[in-house]
Amino acid sequence: MTLLHLEGVTRTVQLIDAPPLTILSSIDLDVDIGDRVSIVGRSGSGKTTLLNLLGLLDNPTSGTMLFEDRPVHSLSSGARDRLRGRAVGFIFQQFNLLQGRTALENVMTPLLYAEGRQFWQRARIATEMLERVGLGDRLGSLPDRLSGGEQQRVAIARSLVRGPRLILADEPTGALDLETGETVMDLIDDVAAESGAALVTITHDPAIAARASRHLRLDHGVLQVISAVPA
Amino acid sequence: MKRVASNLVGSVIEAWQEVRIHKTRVMLSLIGVAVAVCAITTVVGLGAVAQQATLESSERSGGRAASLSLFASTNDGSTPTKMPEIWRTALERYQIDYASRVVNTSQTVQFADGAVPVQTVGVDLPYGTMHRITLEKGVWFTDEDQARLAPAVLVNSIFWDRLGRPDLRTHPTATLVGERTTTAVVTGVYPALSWETEPAMYMLADALIAITPVVTDPNLQFGPPSYELWVPVDVSEQLVTALQRDVQGALGAEASVQVNRQDYAAYMDGDPYLSLKLTVGAIAGLVLLLGALGLVNIALVTLKQRIREIGIRRSFGATAARVFFAVMMESVVATVVAGIVGVIAAVLIVKSPLVEDFISQGQVTDFPPFPVEAAVVGLVCATVVGALAGLIPALVAVRVKVIDAIRY
Ligand SMILES: Nc1ncnc2c1ncn2[C@@H]1O[C@H](COP(=O)(O)OP(=O)(O)O)[C@@H](O)[C@H]1O
Ligand SMILES: [Mg+2]
Repeated sequence: MTLLHLEGVTRTVQLIDAPPLTILSSIDLDVDIGDRVSIVGRSGSGKTTLLNLLGLLDNPTSGTMLFEDRPVHSLSSGARDRLRGRAVGFIFQQFNLLQGRTALENVMTPLLYAEGRQFWQRARIATEMLERVGLGDRLGSLPDRLSGGEQQRVAIARSLVRGPRLILADEPTGALDLETGETVMDLIDDVAAESGAALVTITHDPAIAARASRHLRLDHGVLQVISAVPA
Repeated sequence: MKRVASNLVGSVIEAWQEVRIHKTRVMLSLIGVAVAVCAITTVVGLGAVAQQATLESSERSGGRAASLSLFASTNDGSTPTKMPEIWRTALERYQIDYASRVVNTSQTVQFADGAVPVQTVGVDLPYGTMHRITLEKGVWFTDEDQARLAPAVLVNSIFWDRLGRPDLRTHPTATLVGERTTTAVVTGVYPALSWETEPAMYMLADALIAITPVVTDPNLQFGPPSYELWVPVDVSEQLVTALQRDVQGALGAEASVQVNRQDYAAYMDGDPYLSLKLTVGAIAGLVLLLGALGLVNIALVTLKQRIREIGIRRSFGATAARVFFAVMMESVVATVVAGIVGVIAAVLIVKSPLVEDFISQGQVTDFPPFPVEAAVVGLVCATVVGALAGLIPALVAVRVKVIDAIRY
């Protein structure tokens, strides 16, 4: 089964007093379970827009997109939200932790939208996940008491706590220093490998892009395969 | 089903976290809600207590719904001699079980410190049930009491105090002074109302008539007995007409006969505290409204900072419906907490001795427990206000565009 299948996907936005702006044009992309994909591209080339499509936060303007073989345009908005919660984990550049909530509460948040065991056992599951990212002793810490690297580790734990099949990381090391970024990427690679999820990473950093097995470049909304990342 | 349970619990948890984080600001607007809920609950609670007080005292004097009174006298003011027979016939004819003669008189009683006239009411057995008389000690008259040689008397607590509060199991007696002296046995004690200062007692009508010397003009000592009947409300009107007709017919034109409905329900329509209730209710409603506006304001202000947070939650699987419900639950959780505080305060107010005294004015012997419906009304108000106050921010929250909320 293909996790994601995009064929001729475009995304345009309607602007006021201006012709429509095409952000993504004719994107073809397949992502399978366990894939490691990196996407590089200049600022404004449409990377975040593409990631929002892959993560079911946004809808293609035209073209075909299948998620687990289901055409996404046929999903109701509630079904899309639930599918996203179950199958997708986001890691953001600015961590996007919920302020005023402890590390544990942050990691428990996605489980609040789950059902059954995941919902009722959320404290235990989230604790285990925080232990996995090495923050077992910081469960009660608020985000503003954590370093950037620690915050991103909380965010990683949060993105993985429901066992998603697809992890989407939008410049996950962009707000971290080089060394911390390396450790964080090691962690993301490890946990993704453990869970067998596909990982799509957007980055500026060639060294980080090089960790992936498939390398893509986005240029003015056009996606191209590149054989290797220039060092 | 699984989803409903986790959605509901999840929303409440989210809401509670949100309230906790903004606790100072939320607290301030909740004070208004708590005060208003307290006022509403207090008004409803006091109304119920006051109604009980009115009911209790009017039942004691007027009888339960529907109580009829029959009063007959000849034109020279005396009691028609045929009355006992007519009364018996009427009761049989209409199959009335709850009926009693009522003879009001003053009977002199010899206490240790002197002889005192005591207000005495002669009644028949059903009178106790008809007037819901509750005894502190002993029991209401029974069939055996009718056969006693020494008549049984039920005395009020003032009477009993003056006897030296004897144990009823020792069969204490009271000396009734008349042309000849009668020894009566005290078989029960009923509570005196707080404004009563004099001893009083009940006797069975036959026993009372037997010991009281027959006087030529019965009006001098006895009021002529009046007759009371407790009948189903829906037939009471027909019975009034029928009794009037029967008794008048039996006594002839030279007697005057009055049959009336006398319980409070006959002439009290509506709630005597309605205007007070409406006034306090309106003020409380206004306070509640202000508290709700405060909540809406806080929710809208914090919502601006929370648009990002909502976007983050959506990206982790929160549906629009869930976001709507969670934001709405925030004000509901907050107002329900405030409502509980308000209801507790209301219970403390209504049940405080000071307020109970004021409301009862000495008319109530048995205070009803705090009325459940008052607490329910308070909590329902709190919940409804919370839901209404939550509606606006919830509508704003679902309109948040996820991709814009998490973009920077
Ligand atoms: N909703 C929108 N309305 C107008 N322009 C948009 C919108 N979303 C994205 N864009 C524009 O599309 C381009 C691509 O944005 P984005 O996907 O965020 O790029 P990247 O993440 O690669 O920096 C940018 O020029 C951005 O300004
Ligand atoms: Mg971007």
